[in-house]
Amino acid sequence: MGIFDRKKPDKAGDKTAQGGFLGLFKRGLEKTSQLLQTDVRDLFKEGDRLVDDDFLNELFAILVKTDMGAGPAAEIRDKIKADFRSRKIEMADALQTVKDQLLELMQQPEAPIDRAASGPTVILVVGVNGSGKTTSIAKLTKMFINEGSQVVLGAADTFRAAAVQQLTIWAERLGAEIVKGEPSSDPASVAHRAVARAIELNADVCIIDTAGRLQTQTSLMQELGKIRRVIGKQIPDAPHEAILVLDATAGQNGISQARGFSEAADCSGIVLAKIDGSAKGGVVIPIRREFNLPVKFVGVGEQAEDLALFNAHDFVEAMFAEHFAGQR
Amino acid sequence: MFESLQDGLQSAVKTLRGKGKLTEANMRDALGLVEKSLLEADVSYEVVQAFMGQVTERALGTRVLLSLDPSEEVIGIVRDELINILGPVDPSLHLRGELTTLMLCGLQGSGKTTTCGKLAQLLLNNNAQPMLVAADLQRPAAIDQLHVLGEQLGVPVYSEKGANDPVRVCQDAVKKAKQEGVQVLILDTAGRLAIDDELMRQLQAIDQRVGPDQVYFVVDGMTGQDAVNSAKAFNDALELDGVIMTKLDGDARGGALMSVKHITGVPIKFIGTGEHLDALEPFRPDGMAGRILGMGDILALVDTARQVVTEKQQEALEAKIRAGEFTLDDFKVQLESFSKPGLMKKMIGLMPGMGEMAKMMDGGGMDAEGDARRLIAIINSMTHGERRNPKVIDPSRRGRIAAGAGVVPQQVNELVKQFNVVAPIMKSMAGQGMAGRMQAIQQLQQSGMMDPGGGPGIRTKKGTGKRLTPKEKAKMKKQREKERRRRRRGS
Repeated sequence: MGIFDRKKPDKAGDKTAQGGFLGLFKRGLEKTSQLLQTDVRDLFKEGDRLVDDDFLNELFAILVKTDMGAGPAAEIRDKIKADFRSRKIEMADALQTVKDQLLELMQQPEAPIDRAASGPTVILVVGVNGSGKTTSIAKLTKMFINEGSQVVLGAADTFRAAAVQQLTIWAERLGAEIVKGEPSSDPASVAHRAVARAIELNADVCIIDTAGRLQTQTSLMQELGKIRRVIGKQIPDAPHEAILVLDATAGQNGISQARGFSEAADCSGIVLAKIDGSAKGGVVIPIRREFNLPVKFVGVGEQAEDLALFNAHDFVEAMFAEHFAGQR
Repeated sequence: MFESLQDGLQSAVKTLRGKGKLTEANMRDALGLVEKSLLEADVSYEVVQAFMGQVTERALGTRVLLSLDPSEEVIGIVRDELINILGPVDPSLHLRGELTTLMLCGLQGSGKTTTCGKLAQLLLNNNAQPMLVAADLQRPAAIDQLHVLGEQLGVPVYSEKGANDPVRVCQDAVKKAKQEGVQVLILDTAGRLAIDDELMRQLQAIDQRVGPDQVYFVVDGMTGQDAVNSAKAFNDALELDGVIMTKLDGDARGGALMSVKHITGVPIKFIGTGEHLDALEPFRPDGMAGRILGMGDILALVDTARQVVTEKQQEALEAKIRAGEFTLDDFKVQLESFSKPGLMKKMIGLMPGMGEMAKMMDGGGMDAEGDARRLIAIINSMTHGERRNPKVIDPSRRGRIAAGAGVVPQQVNELVKQFNVVAPIMKSMAGQGMAGRMQAIQQLQQSGMMDPGGGPGIRTKKGTGKRLTPKEKAKMKKQREKERRRRRRGS
């Protein structure tokens, strides 16, 4: 985790002084925390409160606003209801239950990138249009280069206008090798050449960018399978990772995205992008529940180094940590 | 496109199904399910609350109490309110005689640049000369992307390489556009990962110094609860004139649109429905209402089913059934309503879980309309007495009816048998709402009347028509008596 142990250049205020992974992560989740804390504080303004319908509705609203979905939110609410119905409870107790519930839902082994035993590690990056694939690739590239790895990028988004240029600019900035395709050329052929180039250079990592596509576009989804097969022919275990980039501002459609891309590209993990916004990214909760798909990284800013390893415990802790610290 | 979305609302309809009268209590249950469905569609929590309050207020009025079919009424009210809220429609770009400037703003990745291209295409289709302006100086290659789009469309693109002041770029673009006689200028502004003051100040500066005629907020159709926050930030910073929602060609329900509309109050102009440059459609609130509600098929079913039997016919029929007088004549009326061309297939296709059956009908495995017409022909060949009391049909009468209808005598037998199965079901249907009727139709299918796998509705047997064994006869009689008792108790 060495790469996260640094201070981000400070823009506004000095909240980043904590540094380290948790600090970085917390900054991203600050707004989530603020929401949860403020609202929960409001809930308990007059000290202990009776757990009645109003109380439960307010709690439900807070949970729903994280985009976790009405189902999981109702489940957590009902657990609180079952445990505390008609009782007066302290905020810490209610929060602990919520935290336990979230942690139980989100519990997963820490899952960094699965590196190949030998030869280049191939990472396929997929997602819907505008989810932040190219920026996330830039962040991953930066991370690998900081680790001392050599990175080859495959610009297989041959559909969107200037997508190749966008990745090329990043490659130049970060010092990565890039393999490009002509506009409208077969993305699988670009992927093939990128992997070939990675083998030739004996590079450590090869990251393949793909065009954004909606999970309902069957033929485009099948194309992902083809890219996988083409890569697999060159390196038997490749791609070693297939990463779904999920926009943290996305709502419940994220579930459908996880389903569609898992089926088509056999995803091994998620990068939750754009979590530095006021969006909460709570949709990873039902996704974690329905599919065995871990969140591997969290995109927490606009800079190339703004990428954090996901950790369920920290995720939940970061939501409530300050609040608990202030109360106990 | 709706398939994955309807579980919530279908369960709402099930809750309503079979409830003869809508009480305040069971309406609350149904509205609770509607509420859950809206939340699952990503309508923001506070917007859902406001909406449910509105609907409840309206539904609690006399209109529901007087309605003959309360469950449909509630869902109808929900839809009407949704359409109300999402409207009114205004797809006009409000072009002026001279240069009109359109400005697009929104979060990063919402689809601003692609939408610029789509608007340009739309303007070209309407013989207006557009020019695109690359005012997104943040994202790497955003300018290149706009240039590629411009080339594809044959539309000029204004950009300044190495510029770092978007306001300046926009002002220069306006000058250039006036020189070149361009009619519409489209400003592609930078997005941010999250709304921040810097971006808003930049946009405000463009807004004030360039003075666009129309400012459109571009929002991703997959946006979640955060839609209220971003819409509010943009609405506060800029004088928005319209909303464009993108990426609606997937299975996102687009509930964020309701949130954005609630916050901004400005008209929703267009929806993006594909990656190609002509995939920009004028907004239609009715279609979107059904989509957000996630019950498009149920609503379509209700609409279609209303065409099948007119209210008056239905009332008369139900009165007869209640009186225990369901005859082959009434059966014929029902069959006739189903044999309207294409209707049967449409209704079956719309029924939850019956998509496969519709496909089978497409595959030629079944000709439901033809079958219905054949049954009608058989009934037409009967005397009135026979229609009232099919028991009198003996082999000689059967032969006469078969000859008259152009079928084999076994088919007449089959019809009578089917009628004996159908009649009790029809009787149990009396007084139920549309959903109940649809359920009964499903029962009909199970009874073999419209067996999808079994070829034509009436099976023609090779041998002599099978007669009922005494045991079977006794069983049927028992069933009929049971039904009669049940009805007497009920009335």
